Amino acid sequence: MTTIDLTHGSGGRAMHRLIKDVFAQAFDNHILAQGNDQAAFDVAGGRMVMSTDGFVISPLFFPGGDIGSLAVHGTVNDVALAGAKPLYLSAGFIIEEGFPLSDLVTIAHSMARAAQEAGVWIITGDTKVVERGKGDGVFITTTGVGVVPPGLELSGDKIRPGDAILVSGTMGDHGVAVLSQREGLSFETQILSDCASLNHLIADMVAAVPTLRCLRDPTRGGLAATLNELAHQSGVGMAVQESAIPVRPEVAGACELLGLDPLNVANEGKLVAFCPPEDAERLLTVLRGHPLGKDAAIIGHALDDPRCFVRMETRMGGVRMIDWLSGEQLPRIC
Amino acid sequence: MKYVDEYRDGATAAKLARAIAALAQPERVYRLMEFCGGHTHAISRHGLTDLLPPNVEMIHGPGCPVCVLPIERLEAAIHLALSEGVILCSYGDMLRVPAAKGRSLLKARAEGADVRMVYSTTDALQVAQDNPERQVVFFAIGFETTTPPTAVALLHAKALGLKNFSVFCNHVLTPAAIQGILDGAQGERPLDGVIGPSHVSTIIGSQAYEPFAFKHALPVVIAGFEPLDVMQSILMLISQINAGRHEVENQYIRAVTRSGNAKAQALVAEVFELRPSFAWRGLGTVPWSALSIRDAFADLDAEKRFEVPAFTSQDNKACACADIIRGRKKPRDCKLFGTACTPDSPLGACMVSSEGACAAHWTFGRFRDGEAAQ
Repeated sequence: MTTIDLTHGSGGRAMHRLIKDVFAQAFDNHILAQGNDQAAFDVAGGRMVMSTDGFVISPLFFPGGDIGSLAVHGTVNDVALAGAKPLYLSAGFIIEEGFPLSDLVTIAHSMARAAQEAGVWIITGDTKVVERGKGDGVFITTTGVGVVPPGLELSGDKIRPGDAILVSGTMGDHGVAVLSQREGLSFETQILSDCASLNHLIADMVAAVPTLRCLRDPTRGGLAATLNELAHQSGVGMAVQESAIPVRPEVAGACELLGLDPLNVANEGKLVAFCPPEDAERLLTVLRGHPLGKDAAIIGHALDDPRCFVRMETRMGGVRMIDWLSGEQLPRIC
Repeated sequence: MKYVDEYRDGATAAKLARAIAALAQPERVYRLMEFCGGHTHAISRHGLTDLLPPNVEMIHGPGCPVCVLPIERLEAAIHLALSEGVILCSYGDMLRVPAAKGRSLLKARAEGADVRMVYSTTDALQVAQDNPERQVVFFAIGFETTTPPTAVALLHAKALGLKNFSVFCNHVLTPAAIQGILDGAQGERPLDGVIGPSHVSTIIGSQAYEPFAFKHALPVVIAGFEPLDVMQSILMLISQINAGRHEVENQYIRAVTRSGNAKAQALVAEVFELRPSFAWRGLGTVPWSALSIRDAFADLDAEKRFEVPAFTSQDNKACACADIIRGRKKPRDCKLFGTACTPDSPLGACMVSSEGACAAHWTFGRFRDGEAAQ
């Protein structure tokens, strides 16, 4: 590899290799080495969590959200998934010359509304304007901090064979909603992005099932990428059942049409949870008791497998692997 | 999901699996080739081999248009994409396919080439109309399914008098490829039956397979792309084989007729003519197996409009794709599989697209292979 191409940003294996070979190597320290979507560290008086995320979505406005709400939800979720209560966000804007002010105002208000719902404040920020052609409308980077309740330590390396795997709802809604608006691919759809802050749901989960091992949001690369990431981080295999994974019929239909697999499609308001098997039903009840978890399901379990494969029993009764994506998911020709 | 779930019912699949197990005679081996990448994908994605007895063996054929395109044609497309003022429009799954030295259309784009992913030829025509100052080349690939839309695009471009649109034609033909595999078998009997393509057959009809079914005494069942279609077709093939029949049967009656789509066939005949020979990645040169643009449309032919140098390239010598496509080897028999050759850095035809035999096995099935595939 001599230049960066789009596969390096798509959440698949190429991106992980890039992060490992370039950033992890250059910044090497024990907190970064946790390898989670956020960093947890001790400060005087407790444990803090910090996470940052850049948002470069196109189109900027999509059914069910926009880049502003996404920038808040995404970072709130990354902080909350460590079991932390998110408190404050920063927001950096890179705006392209010629960008309509009215759109920027809409985005700012959308961020404010999302922050209010999540119960966080946006307390600092940065604004840069770049020449026309050097940005795609607006890019937003948000950083969030939060505090972890004492005694709680969720991490991607804590999953043990036998642990139950749960998802909080239907898979693939966000990715399909955004795709439906892309230039050259307009199809009529009622699918809304699931874009939402999960911190209140997570607070309920953590309170009811303190034995939780790990939470993660299946964003880029979808459920498939998340399960593989965690299988490797914890050194376990996983087995899930296709019939147990909730997918909206509209999303399944759009994916069929485009030759995509809903398990590789991004979510922005869903989480995957791992807990000891004996606590799975209780966790499911908590999830289903919250509006953002009403479609939650137990989809499988972790197992002992040094090769860390994620396998799925299909509806047809066979078994196949769920693998990382190789680069961007591209529609198939026939 | 209506019209999909009906063809993915686990209970019906189990019933068909029991019927197949009962019909398959234990003393013989059934070597069945699904020609089409779409079937390979369906078999792997739904884990259908688990539903078959061990003596019913599926051989994944060469019917993945992305996989069989020779590297030199892709090199030519990359060359066109990097030419001054050109916008190259391509179907999405072609973008990542590696050419020589790890080059690809995606990497060409990172280097500054204007490569656009399109979902149809209509999109490519629109790009040409929207960018009158640029030359728009449509990178046409695929079997008989994608050929009629390219024909329509050429006819529209001609009618509109579009001066900045052209087609780099790489369309190939299904029956010629199956014929090529059978003719190249040299004494051995490579296959006991063929699962015929779904979408391709809607265009060319089931009669297109009759000549080689007859010549090689080979049973053919044209099958839909859904998992139950595949299961039912396997049952039909085994029943033909047991009875010593070699007919072209049609399981996919909801879409395929014997004569196919006459209008599409007429469009294709108006615009394209047969190439005397064409190189297939993994299969080698196959006579009369591809199409070129007729002289009447020569000014819309990218190969005539632009200087396209002749590229030469060779697959890695250790690559076993040629044997895998013919059913002589399995992906795990190849020394490169999973080591030098993976979907992230594919070397052979069978690994370049998710529909190829090796990529499908890597993505969906390698957990069965023991430690070697790690």
